Amino acid sequence: MAGAAGVLLLGFGWEGYKAAAPDDGLVLGGVRVLPRTTDAAMPHLWDLAASAGEPVSSAAGAPPLWLVTLRGAGSSLVLATAGWVCGVLVGLLLAVVMARLARARAVLLPWVVLSQVVPLIAVAPLVARPDSADGQPWVPVVAIASYLAFFPVSIGALRGFTAPDDDRGGLYVDLFRSFGVGWWSGFWRLRLPASVPYLLPALRLAAANAVAGTIVAEVYTGLPGGLGRLIVDFGASAAADPARQWSPLLGAILVGLATTLVLAGAATGLRRYRPGEAR
Amino acid sequence: MTAVVVSGAGRVFDGGSGAGTVALTDVDLTVGEGELVSLIGPSGCGKSTLLRLIADLDAPTSGSVAVFGKTAERARKDQDYGIAFQQAGLLPWRSVRANVELPMQLRGAGGLSGRAERAARSAELLALVGLTDFADHRPHQLSGGMQQRVAIARALARSPRLLLMDEPFGALDEMTRERLQDELLRIRAATGAAVVFVTHSIAEAVYLSDRVVVMSPRPGRVVATLDVPLGGPADRVARGIGLREDPAYFERVSAVREVLHSGDAASDRVSS
Ligand SMILES: Nc1ncnc2c1ncn2[C@@H]1O[C@H](COP(=O)(O)OP(=O)(O)OP(=O)(O)O)[C@@H](O)[C@H]1O
Ligand SMILES: [Mg+2]
Repeated sequence: MAGAAGVLLLGFGWEGYKAAAPDDGLVLGGVRVLPRTTDAAMPHLWDLAASAGEPVSSAAGAPPLWLVTLRGAGSSLVLATAGWVCGVLVGLLLAVVMARLARARAVLLPWVVLSQVVPLIAVAPLVARPDSADGQPWVPVVAIASYLAFFPVSIGALRGFTAPDDDRGGLYVDLFRSFGVGWWSGFWRLRLPASVPYLLPALRLAAANAVAGTIVAEVYTGLPGGLGRLIVDFGASAAADPARQWSPLLGAILVGLATTLVLAGAATGLRRYRPGEAR
Repeated sequence: MTAVVVSGAGRVFDGGSGAGTVALTDVDLTVGEGELVSLIGPSGCGKSTLLRLIADLDAPTSGSVAVFGKTAERARKDQDYGIAFQQAGLLPWRSVRANVELPMQLRGAGGLSGRAERAARSAELLALVGLTDFADHRPHQLSGGMQQRVAIARALARSPRLLLMDEPFGALDEMTRERLQDELLRIRAATGAAVVFVTHSIAEAVYLSDRVVVMSPRPGRVVATLDVPLGGPADRVARGIGLREDPAYFERVSAVREVLHSGDAASDRVSS
């Protein structure tokens, strides 16, 4: 319901802005602070809709734009999911190691943080060498997506796994120590469940990062099939059909919605582990 | 065999810069099998520290601690004791029943393997603390007193012969507190477990204990041990309110109070 209302509002906002703002947007002191509203820059929604039904090329039997976009979104979603899963696994593994061994934390944590300071643009060429023909072409895309996804998970999970150390002056940690069991028993029965409130937002962030990383990597490598490739292709023919450029964007929104829905489902399933909510 | 033998135990916390905090110095304490001993004294006199040494949650810097003739560490790993704190510390994502079953489920702790076995044991324990009807509730649905009873049931899960309690009723109102004191006496009578009970309340210490150990701060030490010959736990429960109004009970309360206050005076003299 709220989602549908949001989409509707976005539509009204788009057309309202297009009608109200001047064609050339707003330029203050040589800087354009509001975007242009010409039909080339911001097509009418109905032009977008019409363009969605048209075939993508003049070749006989060419599929309509909406179908191409949907397939692209599906392809990107699969790669983003793969990247997310790899990133989450790596992030969890790092968090467990850092939670278990204080010395490992001191060594690893700075590198984990540093890894995200390096811009994606600098990493991409290392992972995705266009000259190396060996291996699957989608591997670098997944690698880049997981490179962006692992970070929030490792930080969030570490925070969650170590939360019982501070909770009520270490009461829970003392309690498990009194049970005379090893660290792993405490991990499964205490640290992991206690980490859920920290883990869920981290998983959402990781999903957003994986989707963005996938599309950027697809643009960079030109991997056919995904939304990133559509952005490249439609951008090349923007002059002929300005409306088409918007379709990969809508596709990306679809992918984002799909991941959000799945994670919201997971959050509902885990609600007993989240304090302060209806349990 | 004695439950606990603490001999010449001391604990100094490093303050980082030279002189540390002497939380305990030269403490001797013996707790016999099935005996209930209270530790009482002003805040900061090292009651919790002493309890944590017995529980092997902390280690003495001098002296030794033996629990059932073993090292404190061995006793902890054998789950020879159950422990309850001022805060119940229930896992919020588990039901009351699952919280009580927690110590039975843990591997490496000689847990009860069978589901049915665990269910029977938790039902028994919940009946003992009068919470049978709340087995499927979640901790946040329970009052503070009920949560504390769950924590006590959990401490009893592995049928320990020693129960360590650090101000378990400290956060409760007077009425609930007296009810739980009676409950503890009943549990004692039923299980025969020895209990080391930390409290701030003179009345509580006298009502529950066979012996009251009075401690004094700076440095934390034992200043006196008073016997409380008011009968065994079963007798005390049977007498109920009558015991709380018995002159012999009042006499013991006054005796503990006197030692506590003279202990204060002694430590004032030391510090000034
Ligand atoms: N982890 C610690 N690090 C440093 N000092 C500590 C630590 N734990 C306790 N102390 C010090 O040891 C002394 C005894 O503390 P303890 O908690 O045993 O007192 P207590 O008798 O239980 O007090 P209360 O009645 O307030 O619970 C205090 O001076 C306290 O500041
Ligand atoms: Mg204390």
